[in-house]
Parts: sequence; structure tokens; C-alpha cells
Amino acid sequence: MLAVVGLAAAVVAVWSASCGGNSELPSAGQATTQTSTTSSTGPTATQSNTSSTSGSAAKLEGTLNGAGATFPQPLYVEWIGEFQAMHPGVTINYQGIGSGGGIEQFTKMTVDFGASDAPMKDEEIARAEEASGAKVMHIPTVMGAVAVIYNLPGVQEVKLDPAALAGIFMGEITSWNDPILASLNPGVSLPDRAIQVVHRSDSSGTTNIFTGYLTQVSPEWAEKVGKGKEVQWPAGIGGKGNDGVAAIVQQQVGAIGYVELSYALESGLSAAVLKNKAGKFVAPSLESTSAAAVGVTFPEDLRFSLSNSEGPDAYPIVGATWILAYDKMNDANKAELLKAWLTWCLTEGTSLAKELHYAPLSDELRELALNKVALIGSF
Amino acid sequence: MHDRSSLTEESSPSLPLSAALAALSGVVVLLVLAYMLISTTSTALPVFSSQGISFITSSEWNPRQGRFGTLAFIYGTAVTSAIALLIAVPLSLGVAIFLSEYAPRWLRGPVGYAVDLLAAVPSVIYGLWGVTVLLPLFLQPAADFLARYLGFLPIFAGPPSGLSYFGAGVVLAIMVIPIITSLCREIFATVPDDERQAAYALGATRWEMIRAVVLPRGRAGVVGAVMLGLGRALGETIAVALLIGSAVSIDASILRPGYSMAALIANQFQEATGDHIRALVGVGVVLFGFTIAVNMVARLLVWRFNRP
Repeated sequence: MLAVVGLAAAVVAVWSASCGGNSELPSAGQATTQTSTTSSTGPTATQSNTSSTSGSAAKLEGTLNGAGATFPQPLYVEWIGEFQAMHPGVTINYQGIGSGGGIEQFTKMTVDFGASDAPMKDEEIARAEEASGAKVMHIPTVMGAVAVIYNLPGVQEVKLDPAALAGIFMGEITSWNDPILASLNPGVSLPDRAIQVVHRSDSSGTTNIFTGYLTQVSPEWAEKVGKGKEVQWPAGIGGKGNDGVAAIVQQQVGAIGYVELSYALESGLSAAVLKNKAGKFVAPSLESTSAAAVGVTFPEDLRFSLSNSEGPDAYPIVGATWILAYDKMNDANKAELLKAWLTWCLTEGTSLAKELHYAPLSDELRELALNKVALIGSF
Repeated sequence: MHDRSSLTEESSPSLPLSAALAALSGVVVLLVLAYMLISTTSTALPVFSSQGISFITSSEWNPRQGRFGTLAFIYGTAVTSAIALLIAVPLSLGVAIFLSEYAPRWLRGPVGYAVDLLAAVPSVIYGLWGVTVLLPLFLQPAADFLARYLGFLPIFAGPPSGLSYFGAGVVLAIMVIPIITSLCREIFATVPDDERQAAYALGATRWEMIRAVVLPRGRAGVVGAVMLGLGRALGETIAVALLIGSAVSIDASILRPGYSMAALIANQFQEATGDHIRALVGVGVVLFGFTIAVNMVARLLVWRFNRP
């Protein structure tokens, strides 16, 4: 608790220090704001002063509404809380309704920004741009990994290569002492136990990242199952949500499933070590997740894929999550607010991301993301 | 002082009004039902026409490729409900007979009240309790046991999973028991005491009296109670979604994971768009039709039992 308070204080301190440098800002708006707030208490007046970073808006206030992916929701909630604490006039609402719902609401413009674990498809973008008259921008915020968790008491580490992983989730490798698994794990005594595959029963960006990886590495998977937020699973049982899958794996010996990295770290279940494209076995962690963004060429629209990355230390099943924003918004105040919040998230907010087990963007990617944020404006 | 005629005159004008109100309520219910049926069917129509009969005869559910077959879900709904009734009917009848015939008077009130209270517990609580408590404590061990010793029978073939038709069926049974018990108890209480005494006078034991008087007297009502329980089992959503294992497959073994219609809708509608959501509404229509069919069978049974 104290640490959080301390962090908040530090962030505020850094914030006001960085603003101090901008003292020669045009102050017409600032002056009016200050006179209008003289009746209020001292600290509020100071805060309204420190919050005027970019020249146009003297004081940040207003409401932003966003909706979408559930994967980054815990982080967004923290980012919003911190930001609102620094700017008392600001209210940001975020509803974790799922990536699909986020894209839909963003397209219908019932929210100011959307959020999705999968980039929008071309036709989705076309529909949104037609409805809004503005350009759709994908702004990556953090990266996440999908960990393959299993429940085998007494087994320290399980190594899997792409073919074995696909084989298990295809339902073709059905026992833990299968020769394919044994040859990947020399010296490990794998039990003669049926493998219980656990997948998501609800539509999910996690499933999209996981099946996207399997589609890339296994021709058989690509042909028979494919990639999507929900697919027709050839084997296994379904759990609702990351916690549903983690709970089933926790309860059933012999079970194997996939969850977001943070759930794997928090549940304390063992996660499989996977062979990456460079041929190295890599355990899922924040570092190996960030390593997936090294040496990748990013497209101009930032609709990239980090799955099965070439990076030598990269964990193979990695995806990013995006905020969806229009480059022109109807309300200039909202545009300023969104710009300020996202800039803060991608700069000062990164330490908070790490605390919550989200992998921050690499420096190169962060620059590209900030360039997109800078384009947000109004009609 | 009023005379008779003025009284009737006073009350008679209000009669048409109350009759009209009652008729209106009846019509409103019918209209809502008709509107629901028409609007859901028309929403799902594009999917019905693109899938044709395979919507209910295929078990391939692949939203990404636009293939929607609901047979696996129909099967899962039917199997879990059947398991629930197989467990719940004998138990409920036993509890109801105990409460109405055997239990000492001081016990009837509290136990009856507890049963009624169980019927009012929200289903999500049954589901959560099923997953967190019953699954590791009973469902998984029971499934392991059945597969080990009765695994040669196709319906108990392994590998056993606690999240299965069986697991969902057991929790459904626990949810349905209070409903059937409560109704049966009321029904048995309406059996006239004279007839009980008459049976005793003929030398019947208590069990013989129950078989000869109480059960035949209550038969139609019991069938109705069972059908009401079945209705709850068929439509139950969240508890089944948590316990059935959510695997789109048709398996003869009740120890394997499956899926039900209501669970599918609950799991997928949130992120569904386009044809996918139309197909889910279509599943709702199928479930609706299924429930109507079951209710009609129930009425038929009641009608047959009521004939002398």
C-alpha cells in the first residue's frame, strides 16, 4: 500500500518537474483557468497548473469512455486510476466487454476509444472509417504472452516444440508418456497419464493469439482448425475466462491449458518451456515476451504480429494489445484528453505495467506508438 | 340500509372492467410470446436458410467458417436433463413421501421450509459451488470410480472428466430436487385423510397405503411436478456452462465433456457478431421449440394419467 502511494507521489513529482520546463507556454488560457479556480483550495489550483503540458488545453477535464479487450483491463483500470488522481477533473471509463465488442462499439462511435487484442480487419476498418469520416489508428500499449500451463505433480519442467504442442491440442498426443514428449524431455520421468486439454469456452483474444501461433507453426492445424477468437476445438474441455481455464488445470492432474502470462504467474502453475523459431527453449516471462519485439519490422499502420518471432531469446506465443482511436474526433476536448492520457500511459505508465505482469513495448515500438498518439486531433 | 338489488347494481358495472383487465393480461402474455417467437425466428432466418436442415442435424459448430450445426448442443441438453431427472425423481419422491407420511409433525415444517429455500437459491451459486466444492470432492472421484469399475459400458467409458454430462447432470439434479419435492409434498397433502384411514381399516401397512392411495391419487400432479423440474433443467444456463466442460462433441459416455444449448448462448453471445449472433439466436429458437415439445408431451402424459 505504502509502495503504491509512494509511486503515485513519485509519478506526480516527475510530472510536475517535466512541466516546470514548459514555463514559457502561452498563458492566456492558463490565466483564465487560474482565475476561475482561485475560489477552490490551494492544491487544486497547483494541480491545474502542473497539468498543462501541451499548449492548447490549460487544464485537463472531461470524460472519456472506452470499451474492449479484457486482457489489458486490469492495467487500463490502474492507468486510469493514477491519471485521474493526477487530474481531478478527468473521468475515464473503461468497460472490459471483449475485443469483438470493443471493435463494434468503436465502429458505432458509442465509445471514444476501443481496445482489442487483435488488430481490426480491413473490412472492419473500412466500415469504421465510413461511419466516422476519420482514420482508424492502432496504438499498441503493452505486449502479452500466452503461457501453456500444466498440472503434473513432481515434474519440474516440460519442454515442448511446435509439433508436440499442436499434436497435444489436436488430440493426437493423448498421454504424457508419449514417445514424442519423452524424446523432447530426456531425463524427465513423464507419467502414464491421459492428457486433458483445456481451452477457452468463450470468445477470446487469448485464443486468437494461441491459435494464431499454432496456425503459423503447424500446417495440419492451419488446415483443420485455423485461427480465431473461437475455433472448433478438435479435443479438450472448455473453461470460461483465463481464470476458468486456470481453475480446471489446477484441479485436474494431467491437464494442460493456455492462459495469459499474468494468470500463469499468479496461479503458481508450471508453464511449459517452448522451442522458439531460433531453436532455443524459452520459458514465458516478461523479458522473453519483450524480446519478441526485437528485430521485427513494423508496418506503418502498426497492425503487426509478434507471433513466432525471430528474436533469439523470444518466447514464441506473444501478442500485443491495441487501443483503437480515430485521428479526428468530434470533440476537441476529448481528443486532447485521450492524447494526454495515452502519452502518459506509454511513458510514465510503463513501470505500472511491469508491476502488473504486462510486458512494456520495446523502445522502437513505443516511439512508433507515440507518433500515432500525436496524430489524434479533432475535425 | 341497502337492499339486495342496489348492491348488485353497484358491483355489476365493475365486473366488465375487471374482466377486461384480466383478458388484457392474458392477451399481453400471448402477444409477448408471439412477438418473441416471431422476432427471434426472423433474426435467425438468414442462418436457418443458409444452413438448412443441417442446423439441427450437424454437430459442426464453426462460426469462423460460417458453419452452424447444433446437434451436439441438443444432445447435451437432452442428456444432462435426463441424468438430472433420473437422479432427482426418485430422491424427490422419497423426500416428499417422507415429509407427508413418515416425518414427525415437528420436523415437517422446518424440513419443508428448507426444501423451499433450496429452490430459491440462484443457479449461479449452484454452479460456483459445483465447480469449487463438488467437483474436486465428489464429481471427479465419482467419475474416476465409474470409469474404473464400469468403464466397459460405453456410457461410462473413460478417460473420465469431472466436467461432463454427468457433472452437469448431478448439479442439475440438486437444483431440480427442491422443485419436484416441494410440489409433490403439496400434492400428497391433498390426499383425503378418509382414504388413508380406509386403507388402514382394510389392514394395509403404511407402505401399502402409500402405494395404494397416496401415489395413485397424486400421479397426475407428480407428472406435472416432474415436468416443471425438467423445464428448469432444460433451460438452466450458467450452472451447466460451468460444469459441462464446453466441448462441441457428441459422446456416448456421460463421463466425457459436452455442451448444451443454453450454455453455448451464454458463452458465446458476448463477442459474437453477424451470422454468429444470428446462429445463437437460432439456437434459442431451437431450445424454445424443444421446451414446447417437452411441455406438450407432459400435457399428453397428464391427460392420459387423468383418464380413469
